[in-house]
Amino acid sequence: MSLHEPAPGLHVRSLSKSFGSVLALDDLTLDFDSGKVTALLGPNGAGKTTLLKVILGLVHPDEGIVEVGRRRATDASGAYRHEIGFMPQLPHFPARMTGRELAVMLDDLRDFEGVADEELVHAFGLEADLDKPFGTLSGGTRQKVNAALAFRYPTPLLILDEPTAGLDPVASLALKDKVRRCRQEGRTIVVTSHKLGDLQSLADDVVFLHEGRARFRGSLTTLLDATGRDTLEEAIADLMTGRPVEGRPWSGSADTGPAGRQADEDPRPALRLVP
Amino acid sequence: MNMVGKLFARQLRALARGRAVVGYALFFGLATLGLLHFGGGAGRALPSLATLVVLLVPLVSLLITTTSVYQGGDFIELLLSHPVGRAPLFASLYLGTTLPLVAAFLAGLLLPLGLTGAWDGHGGAIALLAAAGVLLTGAFTSIGFLVAFRTDDPAKGNGVALLLWLLLAVLYDGAVLYAAYQWAAYPLETPMLALMALNPVDVARVLVIMALDASAMMGYTGAVFQDFFGGAFGTTLALGCLALWIVVPGGFALKTFLDKDF
Repeated sequence: MSLHEPAPGLHVRSLSKSFGSVLALDDLTLDFDSGKVTALLGPNGAGKTTLLKVILGLVHPDEGIVEVGRRRATDASGAYRHEIGFMPQLPHFPARMTGRELAVMLDDLRDFEGVADEELVHAFGLEADLDKPFGTLSGGTRQKVNAALAFRYPTPLLILDEPTAGLDPVASLALKDKVRRCRQEGRTIVVTSHKLGDLQSLADDVVFLHEGRARFRGSLTTLLDATGRDTLEEAIADLMTGRPVEGRPWSGSADTGPAGRQADEDPRPALRLVP
Repeated sequence: MNMVGKLFARQLRALARGRAVVGYALFFGLATLGLLHFGGGAGRALPSLATLVVLLVPLVSLLITTTSVYQGGDFIELLLSHPVGRAPLFASLYLGTTLPLVAAFLAGLLLPLGLTGAWDGHGGAIALLAAAGVLLTGAFTSIGFLVAFRTDDPAKGNGVALLLWLLLAVLYDGAVLYAAYQWAAYPLETPMLALMALNPVDVARVLVIMALDASAMMGYTGAVFQDFFGGAFGTTLALGCLALWIVVPGGFALKTFLDKDF
């Protein structure tokens, strides 16, 4: 990969965004690799939602750029969003529309003429529900339709915001299987979730956002090693409480570089990672 | 353009499902029929009809626009997470709201007039009334989009829309009348002209007054300018003013929509 030619995947460069006096994203630079599942984590208000919205072009950054694959994300035509499948956290579908009507409409808007990916429709057993108006569907069923629509197109990038929220265990497993198959296909997958157990079984990489900056970015195994924890939940709790690492001292990793920030008085390097 | 067409069709369907526009057309139709029937012929019904147009068209256009934006707000966000550009989406929302409102207004006004044969002798006046109503519709959907895109809270946005209507359609004329009364000793034509151009409802009012020769019924601002706007020049100027009221707020609405963070 040369410096001038961004790899496929998702790249954000020097993103800043403030809402009034609140700095939601603070000079954030991240790469999300293709063929990997990246978990995007952080406490409420860390900037996760803002980052996703900037990637989708729903929020204009004050500074910085987003590259989806080899396309620069500019909002003029929104054409780069052909590359993105997005599963929103709380989908607001028109109550009187059916899933099939919405799918037909989106096919039309996307000029999509290939064979739509309906694996999830079958895995969830949604065939009949797609002909019912959204207003008559239960929250869980609506979430299944939401997932099925996000995976409908062969997009190189998938952004899943709390994908398993409201799904029953069977559907949740089916969805995670689907995510794994997409990873196999070399697609770039970004997932946010509060169910860290779900993410531990899926994620290759972890990005931990705090106050608009990436406080950790690296592979899941690196994070577990550095914190000396067995589970993602414990490791993230350490990051959130700012507790210095108990296990092996942090040694940095190939993709994060050496720790740029040190804990103030603590002789042990703390998990204040990406500069 | 293709994208605008697809989205326009969707907006039309969404509006048709809401039925408000159909109700608007029916209401206008019944009101026109009623005024013609009980008002004693077209000559006497037209001034009442003009008042109705000047007051009701702005109100309905504003509220249907803001409501459709607030009801469709989440769906706009959903569309924008797909390959849909903001400018084509705005164009389709604008046209998809304004054109059905225009169609409903014209149907409600012209069908009863045509059916009862009120055209005869009043063709010019009716045409101008229709033109004023169409332009008012456009002006107030522009203002409605501007208000709705700038105000995220539906209750606040609808409140602002209602206040604007009250201000422009009712209070403004009273304030102008008060000012004219206060400074009755001075030549007020030029400031009055400026004041009138600042209010699309007044511009429409003047247009209609000229057509109907019924200035006394339409408030002071109207009366003052009957002389000035008597001819073709005045008509053109007033139509141009109304067109500006479509383009300027519409332009600001588009700018707001392009820059908006969802």
